[in-house]
Amino acid sequence: MSLCIGVAWRLSLAMLLILSSIQVFAIDPQQSFSNPADQQRYKQLTSEIRCLVCQNETIADSTALLANDLRREVRRMVEEGMTDAEIKDFLVSRYGDFVLYRPQFKSTTALLWLAPLLLLIIGGSTFAVVLIRRSGLPKDVDAPLMSDD
Amino acid sequence: MPKGLKFVFPALAFITLMGFFFLGLFRDPSYIPSPFVNKQAPEFDLPKLLQENERLTLIDMRGEYSLVNVWATWCSGCRLEHDTLLSVVADYNMPIYGLNWKDDPAKAKAWLEQLGNPYVANGVDEIGTTAIDWGVYGAPETFLLSPEGIVLHKHIGPLNIEIWRNDFLPLMQGQGT
Repeated sequence: MSLCIGVAWRLSLAMLLILSSIQVFAIDPQQSFSNPADQQRYKQLTSEIRCLVCQNETIADSTALLANDLRREVRRMVEEGMTDAEIKDFLVSRYGDFVLYRPQFKSTTALLWLAPLLLLIIGGSTFAVVLIRRSGLPKDVDAPLMSDD
Repeated sequence: MPKGLKFVFPALAFITLMGFFFLGLFRDPSYIPSPFVNKQAPEFDLPKLLQENERLTLIDMRGEYSLVNVWATWCSGCRLEHDTLLSVVADYNMPIYGLNWKDDPAKAKAWLEQLGNPYVANGVDEIGTTAIDWGVYGAPETFLLSPEGIVLHKHIGPLNIEIWRNDFLPLMQGQGT
């Protein structure tokens, strides 16, 4: 009986230890910034930068070696007081637009940004044309409505 | 508008979309074009692997076409392409400079001793900052540099002799054989 209690006690102790050690497995083991604003900036930046080895993870989420190196670089740049734009430029000039989850708006990414709007205009106008045709309204909106139907 | 035309636009849109999807089947989503192509290669200054007191910089590569090959002993693709690198040196007399990336220098030296050394020299980048400057995201990666230090091409993944002949050789004018 006492053996059973001993085992149960040990098991629960082990569980407690495992649970309390979960935070040790956080992906980014580096120490936090002394300045909370910098910490926030670092968090925001790393969650917007793609880890190119794993592609569908941000460098904040990834355990890849490269993600670790990129976090270190971002940390260094934040500590050196570089602006968000400067840090993003640093990465884009090395890895291309794909490194950012929200690429900057420029000639090569314009189609990417404007495509939803373009599709909406095409779809919307097609829809409008079809509706106008079906309803039998005259094409000239300013013309007086027919009242014979 | 004639009645038949009503179906032309949706059909065209559908075919266009299918065309994109079809092309997408043959694209490699892990391929990311390098922003350095046709630009000056990034500067670097690293200790050499074998001559530890010497440094390797871009200036060492000036004056002739050269390859910069990013490799490491933990990288299986690098083992795959190693024989290709050796034959590119033997058959085409191509100078190859290595960027030994996030590796243990002792292991790297053993690797070159065992498998043969295709490199003119290797720069040791243990913490990976030069690799970031070069936009490296996965070894092996191979850059072709012009005599003026312009990046002419970047290949991601293991090299083989077909890739070398098709993608690298045509970019070099006046390079023998």
